[in-house]
Amino acid sequence: MVRAVTSFGRSGLSDWLVQRVSGVILLAYFLFIGCNLIGGVDYIAWKALFAQTWVRVFSLMALLSLAAHAWIGIWAVLTDYLTERLMGTKGNVLRVALQLLVIVTIFVYVVWGVQILWGY
Amino acid sequence: MLKVSIYRYNPEVDDKPYMQDFDFDTQGKDLMVLDVLEQLKAQDTTITYRRSCREGVCGSDGLNMNGKNGLACITPLSATVKGNKLVLRPLPGLPVVRDLIVDMSMFYAQYEKVQPYLQNNSPAPAIERLQSPEDRAKLDGLYECILCACCSTSCPSFWWNPDRFIGPAGLLQSYRFLADSRDTATEERLAKLDDPFSVFRCHGIQNCVNVCPKGLNPTRAIGHIRNMLLSRAT
Repeated sequence: MVRAVTSFGRSGLSDWLVQRVSGVILLAYFLFIGCNLIGGVDYIAWKALFAQTWVRVFSLMALLSLAAHAWIGIWAVLTDYLTERLMGTKGNVLRVALQLLVIVTIFVYVVWGVQILWGY
Repeated sequence: MLKVSIYRYNPEVDDKPYMQDFDFDTQGKDLMVLDVLEQLKAQDTTITYRRSCREGVCGSDGLNMNGKNGLACITPLSATVKGNKLVLRPLPGLPVVRDLIVDMSMFYAQYEKVQPYLQNNSPAPAIERLQSPEDRAKLDGLYECILCACCSTSCPSFWWNPDRFIGPAGLLQSYRFLADSRDTATEERLAKLDDPFSVFRCHGIQNCVNVCPKGLNPTRAIGHIRNMLLSRAT
């Protein structure tokens, strides 16, 4: 058993499951957005689309999925390449700093996204 | 003449590793890579590699041949040589002891983690623990592993985290005991595998399947472990 306190769900199985479920949600959302864009869209139609509560809920679901998906993916990349084994102590400093930067960025995007969805 | 290029490194003499080139006359024969090494060693006795059974059973001579891991003793030149050139390197990702010999400690440490032995806490029967032919068949494709390390050392996840990711060889053996009807430690074994590294650093790229000299499929075994974890925790 390897301990990891910065992973999304603290469990490999949970991260694996969340990564797959969020991937399916994102695929569905991008197909939905693509279908709405394909015939061309104007401001009125776009505003009407996002005036519906279910579209906002679906969008929030996609936004949260993107946040979880991004964290799990980037966390795996950072813990692969920026490690004490490969880079010495510098690896630990870099990894924790980048993890912090990524999580702050994701947090800002989620809050900003909620503001966009319900603020207009 | 076949151009053979061999990775040389003797830490007592060399500052850093280098490639040494040899011209080798195969006399038109489709030799095994190990035969080539043996004949070159007769010329230059300092060339160092591991070997034992010379028939793909012991797993000693795992090498990187023209970029692909395999056993030198059962890899014919015709299967690996391209453009009349043969490049021999040690298995990637493990520390080199000398020339083509790598230090397998990290590989064995991961193997040890999966407790690769039968655990059964019920009283031992008078003769033996019986197993139905169907249950025995579940171990086919798992027990044949010879621990040559060709799979784990071809896996990028193992290169980056050899201390935390168990690797394809260890996980194949882990599933060999998870799937054994006579083993009663299934729950304890699974509990140790749930973290984000031990099993879940496998991203299913199947390099392990591609190189296994025994034709085994560690990726499938890892999938079975994941399914066991999934049905236990959801």
